[in-house]
Amino acid sequence: MCGIVGLFLKDKSLEPQLGSMLTDMLVTMSDRGPDSAGIAVYRGADDGQVKITVQSPNPDEDFKTLGKDLGVDVTRIDTHAIIACSEKDAPVIREKIKANPNLRVMSAGDAIEIYKEIGLPNSVAERFDIPKLQGTHGIGHTRMATESAVTTLGAHPFSTGPDQCLVHNGSLSNHNSLRRQLAHEGVTVETENDTEVAAAYLTWKMQEGANLGEALEAGIQDLDGFYTFVVGTKNGFGVLRDPIACKPAVLAETDQYVAFGSEYRALVNLPDIEQARVWEPEPATVYFWEQ
Amino acid sequence: MEALDLTELELRSVNETLQAEGNGSNKAFEITNPRGSHAIAVGIDAPITVTVKGSTGYYCAGMNKQATVNVTGSVGPGVAENMMSGKVVIEGDASQYAGATAHGGLLVIKGNASSRCGISMKGIDIVVHGNIGHMSAFMAQAGTLVVLGDAGDALGDSLYEAQIFVRGDVKSLGADCVEKEMRPEHVEKLSKLLNEAEADAKPEEFRRYGSARQLYNFDIDNAGAY
Repeated sequence: MCGIVGLFLKDKSLEPQLGSMLTDMLVTMSDRGPDSAGIAVYRGADDGQVKITVQSPNPDEDFKTLGKDLGVDVTRIDTHAIIACSEKDAPVIREKIKANPNLRVMSAGDAIEIYKEIGLPNSVAERFDIPKLQGTHGIGHTRMATESAVTTLGAHPFSTGPDQCLVHNGSLSNHNSLRRQLAHEGVTVETENDTEVAAAYLTWKMQEGANLGEALEAGIQDLDGFYTFVVGTKNGFGVLRDPIACKPAVLAETDQYVAFGSEYRALVNLPDIEQARVWEPEPATVYFWEQ
Repeated sequence: MEALDLTELELRSVNETLQAEGNGSNKAFEITNPRGSHAIAVGIDAPITVTVKGSTGYYCAGMNKQATVNVTGSVGPGVAENMMSGKVVIEGDASQYAGATAHGGLLVIKGNASSRCGISMKGIDIVVHGNIGHMSAFMAQAGTLVVLGDAGDALGDSLYEAQIFVRGDVKSLGADCVEKEMRPEHVEKLSKLLNEAEADAKPEEFRRYGSARQLYNFDIDNAGAY
C-alpha cells in the first residue's frame, strides 16, 4: 500500500506550521504502511548555506566530534545530523563524510532536509521533532515494504540530486534494467530499492536539462510498473501516476496551498479544505507547481 | 431523523445502528463528520434513508440492500461495491471502481467517476452526470452504465451483456465492445434511468455500446496467438 502526503505552501503565513500540518497528515495515513516513515522538508533556501543531512546507526559515536572534525556547524537530531556549510566548502565536506562509511547521506542541497527511520509515522515525527519544523514545502511517506528490505536506507523519501526527493506508492517492474542503463550514464543508485531508481532517473533527466515537469513526462515512457509519485525540488512540487492508476491519489488546491494525500482522510484538517478544489489526478498526467 | 456524529461515535457502532434496522423500517439517519473514513453505511438491509454530510473514503455504502444512501460530498474507491438493491446518490465525485461487482440497485454520481467505474457489474444501474475514467465497465456482465459526459480509454473491455450509454466522447472502446443501434426499447430504458437519476439529458443524445460477443468462444484462428 504505502501512504503519501505532500504540502506545497503558497501562503507564507502558513510556513511556521508546515511541520505540524505534514505530521498530522502523515499520521492519518499510518495504517497504509507500518514499516518505516520519512519526511522531506524544504526550508531556508536563501540563507546561502548548503545543508547535508546524514544518518548514522551509531549516532552517539559518529556525531560526537563530527562538527569539530569537519570544521563546520553540525546539528544532531536523534540518528540524523544536519551539516551546514558554504557552497564552496561543500565538495570537501562531502569527501570527508564519504570517508566514514557509517555516515549515510540522506539529502543535500540549499533547502532540503530528510528524516527517515523504521517505525510508524508518529514515532518518526516525534524522534525528529518534525511538528516544530517550518518550511515552504514538504513530502511525507509511510511505507509498506514490497521491493526491498525494511531498513532506514529503504525508507522514503529518496534523494538522488541536490534538493530533489521522491516518494512512491507502488512497485516498478523495470528497475533492474533501468539501474543498469543509469550506470552506463554514470548515475549510481545506492540501494536495491526500486523507488531510488525512479528518483535517480528523474535526477539524470534534470541534469540533462529537463525541468521537473519534462523529467516526469519522460518518466511516463521509461518507467514501467505501478506508481503514484510525489516529487520535490528546491522550489517545486510534482505528482505523477502511471497510466493504469491503481494507486490512490487526491489533490487539493486553495489560494494558500497545494496538498496531496493518498486518501482524502489525510487532508481533512487543512485550513478551508471544505472550500478547496479537490480532485483525483488523472493517469499518466504530470502535475507540477513551482514557486 | 436520527443524527450520528462520527466525531463522537465509533464507525463500527454507527454501522451497527444502521444494520440493526429491519425490513419494515423507513427511518432516516444523518451521519455527520465522515472526514474521509472508510466503510461508512455498509451492509444495510432495510428501506431506510441515510444522508452522509461530507466526503468519505473507501467502500461507502458497500453491499447495500434496500436503503437510500445520499453523500453530499465526494467518495473514495469502491462506492456501492457489491450493492444488491436500493439507491446510492453521490453529489460530488467518485474515485476508482464505483459500483464494482454490484448486482442491483441504482448508483447516481452527480460529479465525475474515475477509472474502472462499474467493473464487473452484475445488474446494477449506474448513472454518472459527469465523465468516467479508463477501463470502465470492464468485464461487465449485466446492468446499465449511463454517462452524460465523456468516457476514458478501453470502455467496456471484455464486456458480457451489460448495456452502456454515453452522451459525450468515448476515448476508445475496449476489446469486443462495439457501438450498437439505439432501438425504441433502449430509449425507453434510458429515459426511465435519466429520470430516476435527476439527469437533465435527452435519451436521443446518447449512443449505445455493447458486446460484439466475439470473446465468448475460442476462435481457432487465434490459436497462433497463444
